[in-house]
Amino acid sequence: MTDFTDDRLRARESVISGSRWYWPEFLFWIAAASLFFLVPTKLTLLSEIFILGLMALSIDLVLGFAGIVTLGQAAFFGLGAYSAALMAKHGYGAFLFGIIPVNDPLLGLVVAAIVAGIVGFATSFLVLRGSDLTRLMVTLGVGLIIEELANKMKSVTGGSDGLQGVMPAPVLGKWDFDLYGQVAFCYTLAVLFVMFMLVRRLVHSPFGLSLKAIKQNPLRARTIGMPVNARLVAVYTIAAMIAGVAGGLLSQTTQFGSLDMVAFHRSADALLILIFGGAGYLYGGLVGAVAFRVMQDFLGNITPQYWQFWLGVILLILVLFVRGGILGLLRNGREFLSHPGAAKAGAGAVLRALIERRSPLALIFFKGAAKKVISDKRSERDGESGKGAGGV
Amino acid sequence: MTVVLETRNLVKKFGGITATDNVSFKLRKGARHALIGPNGAGKTTFVNQLSGVLQPTSGTVLLGGQDITGWSARRRAISGLARTFQINQLFADFTPAQTIVLAIAERENKGWEWFRPAGTRSEYVDEAVELLRSLGLSDVLDQRVGSLAYGRQRLLEIAIAVAAKPHVLLLDEPAAGVPESERDQILDVVSALPEEVALVLIEHDMDLVFRFARSISVLVNGALFVEGTPSEIANDPRVRQVYLGEEELLHV
Ligand SMILES: Nc1ncnc2c1ncn2[C@@H]1O[C@H](COP(=O)(O)OP(=O)(O)OP(=O)(O)O)[C@@H](O)[C@H]1O
Ligand SMILES: [Mg+2]
Repeated sequence: MTDFTDDRLRARESVISGSRWYWPEFLFWIAAASLFFLVPTKLTLLSEIFILGLMALSIDLVLGFAGIVTLGQAAFFGLGAYSAALMAKHGYGAFLFGIIPVNDPLLGLVVAAIVAGIVGFATSFLVLRGSDLTRLMVTLGVGLIIEELANKMKSVTGGSDGLQGVMPAPVLGKWDFDLYGQVAFCYTLAVLFVMFMLVRRLVHSPFGLSLKAIKQNPLRARTIGMPVNARLVAVYTIAAMIAGVAGGLLSQTTQFGSLDMVAFHRSADALLILIFGGAGYLYGGLVGAVAFRVMQDFLGNITPQYWQFWLGVILLILVLFVRGGILGLLRNGREFLSHPGAAKAGAGAVLRALIERRSPLALIFFKGAAKKVISDKRSERDGESGKGAGGV
Repeated sequence: MTVVLETRNLVKKFGGITATDNVSFKLRKGARHALIGPNGAGKTTFVNQLSGVLQPTSGTVLLGGQDITGWSARRRAISGLARTFQINQLFADFTPAQTIVLAIAERENKGWEWFRPAGTRSEYVDEAVELLRSLGLSDVLDQRVGSLAYGRQRLLEIAIAVAAKPHVLLLDEPAAGVPESERDQILDVVSALPEEVALVLIEHDMDLVFRFARSISVLVNGALFVEGTPSEIANDPRVRQVYLGEEELLHV
């Protein structure tokens, strides 16, 4: 029998471990902030990456934690972008309660979150039931409707001409958005950090645990008394609000609103970025956003014509063969390092997975290795049981 | 004793099959009731209707005298009705500790709490540890549920239901797949429950049934075949008929 105090410690550790800060996280945020000094010429690009990462984070919340696939997050992003842009455009010179300028950026973000949240709440009921495919189609449909509405409502959104004259007030009444993107960088990073910390708290709370539980086994979740649908509505709405904030950040920092901000490709990109970085890790969206843009830049420099092709190839390889994206790869790598014996078994497992998938690509690249694994396995089995059975 | 759970003329049809055939059943407070019957008799289907996992074709289910036929599984659960599943329904990526802390949080209506980390509620953690220890799961309480041995997962299935502190607990073949040596733990945990909890045990292991039950119902082809005390059931020639070939019963 194990000792009670010891059991308690282990139990506590197992429940709490995720919510504790690990040193790579400190490193990540310090590195992000120090980019301000390291690459002062790329601040605008970096702001854009932060915004992408925030949007991917919102998808991580619904997909990585609650298990709802979505291809419509751009709808909420775009709603947030237009809301914040309109506040900044028409709010110039007006004051709320006589003191807060209506075009204040933070106020703009609050409104962006509320507008996106309302639409997110209203459409969340559509994703409660159905298979992944149904959910993909429903979220895609909602996204397309919002996109088309933005296109049609020219008087509000400016249609395909975009929304000009977006002039947010200085951040906190002090810092005006500048040409070098210095204020934009600090502002987006700060907002990203705050949102991230909130989400981080959320996923380790009972509410967050319940989302993961629902993703794993909705039947069990219901029969321990969990209001499954209400939880899903809540998380979908929260994620919509976060996407709205991300959209608001983009239209405020670029001082422009455009149809591109509600466009379908944004939903697809953000989903790819998340899967690329690793869903369900919280940092996957941020890591994915960085990797995605760096790769885009890098590949764009080598093969300006074909960079999307190579991006596609890399994405395919990552999605097909590395479960958990970049962070999944890192985690597996760490496990290998801490258990040397596991490395061999892991490599074998990867190869076996490749063979079992019978993917032509895999077979071309790994034919030799595969053959060796098969023959190894065979001789191993023959050695053990004394009789051989053929065919893999 | 007061009736806590009741069905009236419960019928469940799957196409042409009548899986529950006009079952009127009463469960009293503090009952130690076994529900037995051959494979395919409709025991699981019956429990599914009691717990709200399945809707009956006709008939009513009452909990504490109240008609709950239309209630969701969730609402029944928070009203004090818990169950285990014949086929494990677990959270594979959680640890047993996480699983039970979550179950306790839901019981305490803290499932909406979104800011405070679940692990900082030491009263939940302590209670979870206590429960897991009583089922002999303390050594694996911080391991991934999906990687546990089947027998261990089975015990966790019971722990989840017990964590809800139910008034009515329905156990669908809890011992199936649990090694002989660990079966006693199930009875121990069940016996440690407060006396007023009403228990229903579905089980094929007759040894377990007769050690546990103070009353027994036999379900055959979806219908209640006979009800009685363990000795009545053991000596009923019709029950022997139904169980012909199942030796265990004859030894009692
Ligand atoms: N979802 C379903 N659809 C169709 N038929 C079903 C369904 N569930 C159960 N049945 C049928 O209903 C009957 C009763 O099944 P049930 O699982 O309730 O029996 P059981 O008494 O629990 O059996 P066992 O002892 O094997 O667990 C069986 O004939 C089964 O095939
Ligand atoms: Mg059954």
